[in-house]
Amino acid sequence: MSRQLLTGNAAAAWGARLADVDYIPAFPITPQTEIIETLAAWSQAGELPGRFVTFDGEHSMLTAAGAAAAAGARTFTATSSQGLLFGMESLYTISGWRVPLVLVNVSRGLSAPITLGPDHNDVLAARDAGFVQIHAETCQEVLDSILMGYRIAEDRRVSVPVLVNLDGFYLSFTREPVDVPDEAAVREFLPPFDFEHLGFRASRPIAQGVAVLEGATYSHFRYQMHRAIQNAAAVHAEATVEFSRLFGRSYAAIEQYRVEDADTVLVMAGSFAAKGKAAVDQWRADGRRVGLLRLRVVRPFPAAELAAALSGRRAVGVIDQNLSPGVGGIFCQELAAALYSVPDRPPVLRSFVTGLGGKDISQSEFDHVLSVLDAAQSGDPVTDTELLMTAAEWQQVQGRLASARRPVEDNAPLPTDSDDVRAAVRAEFEDARGGVS
Amino acid sequence: MRVKREHFRSPKDLPVVEYVTPGSPLCAGCGGLTTLRLMHKVLGENVVVVNAAGCMTLMAVYPFTPLKSSWLYTTMGSAAAGAQGVRDALDVLIERGKLDAADDLQVLVLAGDGSTYDMGLSATSGAIHRGLNFWYLCYDNQAYGNTGFQMSAASPLGSRTATSHSGAVQRRKDIFELWRAQRPPYVATVSSHDAVDLAEKVERARGLNGPKLFLSLAVCPTGWGFDPELSDEIAKLAIETGVWPLKEAVDGAVRHTYVPNRFRPVEEYLRPQHRFAHLFEPQRDEELLTRIQQNVDDYWAPVLAEPVANA
Repeated sequence: MSRQLLTGNAAAAWGARLADVDYIPAFPITPQTEIIETLAAWSQAGELPGRFVTFDGEHSMLTAAGAAAAAGARTFTATSSQGLLFGMESLYTISGWRVPLVLVNVSRGLSAPITLGPDHNDVLAARDAGFVQIHAETCQEVLDSILMGYRIAEDRRVSVPVLVNLDGFYLSFTREPVDVPDEAAVREFLPPFDFEHLGFRASRPIAQGVAVLEGATYSHFRYQMHRAIQNAAAVHAEATVEFSRLFGRSYAAIEQYRVEDADTVLVMAGSFAAKGKAAVDQWRADGRRVGLLRLRVVRPFPAAELAAALSGRRAVGVIDQNLSPGVGGIFCQELAAALYSVPDRPPVLRSFVTGLGGKDISQSEFDHVLSVLDAAQSGDPVTDTELLMTAAEWQQVQGRLASARRPVEDNAPLPTDSDDVRAAVRAEFEDARGGVS
Repeated sequence: MRVKREHFRSPKDLPVVEYVTPGSPLCAGCGGLTTLRLMHKVLGENVVVVNAAGCMTLMAVYPFTPLKSSWLYTTMGSAAAGAQGVRDALDVLIERGKLDAADDLQVLVLAGDGSTYDMGLSATSGAIHRGLNFWYLCYDNQAYGNTGFQMSAASPLGSRTATSHSGAVQRRKDIFELWRAQRPPYVATVSSHDAVDLAEKVERARGLNGPKLFLSLAVCPTGWGFDPELSDEIAKLAIETGVWPLKEAVDGAVRHTYVPNRFRPVEEYLRPQHRFAHLFEPQRDEELLTRIQQNVDDYWAPVLAEPVANA
């Protein structure tokens, strides 16, 4: 084992390298590109026995990835944002082939308007694609999840692709100390892919991906995928035990942070959960009983674990770094469904959306969330998702809007940032909402 | 003029063995199926067919397949990328000792003109660019046949489709030339009518490492509107009128493998097909018929002016 300072992207490349992948189809996209550049450099230096091939786009890249996996190659690929959406048809196709591979997505907000900063709308667009989906918080977790991902994907009880998500910029380009395991230990955790049940070979012709035109038979196969991904929960738990034994690190489907006696719990995913944990620490120092649950395994959705962890709490705030227009935060919807039949479910559940397009989340926003949860009562009228933004950010937005409207000759300076009058900003939001309705 | 035949003198010389067995749900008289059957005979049994969405996708409907070889349905737009994944996987698995070299397969993309000319062009161009060692068979029936015969970029001038009721106003894309522009080792046009020409081409291409691309005029009774028993006759007329030139390009150098001694008028090919009926009824569209004939004449004029090589 060696300890290195690695970006999230480099950690992903190390995951693929240690997994001794046979095949890496690639296409560049910000902020994922460093992964394939790293793998290409290793490949060209002769340090990577697998084959590295660049494609004409992610639709082709993902088709090739699935086809290679169907042929028996241990396959790694990576994309981000528009690339994931461009390849969406292929995602559904290759999961339907029931082939194991690991796809890394480096989260980035979706166009339009086109942007670069991270949020989870890209990866959650793929939530129904038939992939196991794991969201990493740290660079270490990126590497570890790729190794676990192959073990899960290649388990015959699962045999679907695994998507490992990391946040663009905040994780992809941030260096953290990462334990890079020894190859021998990795081989013990992840033996070579036994693809006896898969593969195209002269001695055994096989028809894969054939049309199924009867609805009932089609339903059967689709439901098989559901069962396979449900099976991944137990396989993930088994892999965690073995991983912990070999490497001393352990990952549950949900991470529970200081929830032991918490009356109020935040739910988050990805690298921004680290910010949530810092907020929890601050509140705990003030004597507040607040904790945080981080969603790590998103598919299979850990409904039972969440229900058990949240049963008996007074208030839950879900901070979604995504927005389903017309509904709100996606994880809040899924969590609400998981809690519905829990007798002792939290009487207060509120949805917040922030961190879109890489917008940071400040302590003041966390404080606002806590104040909303404190004030909320059981039986409150149904509330819409609340978009969080600091007063300074609101001022910035107003400045940009004003600039866009302003004639070019009227080149007055932008309004200066201000960090006060949260209440005034909120009032403006309310006005805007009222104006729409 | 017919080029010298090197491997097969007559249809009797073709392998007797069949890899496409009877009983597929495709239409009677499908020229595409005949082409696949003939091509497969020459390729041999160790093939994995990588399919793009189209008529042929309905060949393998669970739990049946008429193929003795392997099959992978991909998507409409990325069959060549699927072929790349399979080819690369076979190569790397054999290289790394994980798969017996005796288990190797030839990879054949099977795609219609809708995929080939339109949605799949990027993936195919990428595979040609990378020099992928694979076969590609486009069964070109000149429209989106499987969805009920809508216009594609392969629909010829004047042809009626479900989305060009008064006839296509554009000329077809010249996919042969688009492919050839990238200089793959082998590009050819073939026809279900000329089994020997087709078999010769497959055999000539066999030794070449890289993309080997075949464009077959897939006569289509259902879409074109003629009796299935006329399939071979229509395919023959396409060749004899000069509408469907039989040719090949080795490393970009084109030669025609058959040139009619006397070109029959294009009308003889158009008239039996319902998709061109509006050119004749209720009144003759003289202007368009002249243009179609002129396009064919213009194609052949420089070819006929060349000294005949390898005749």
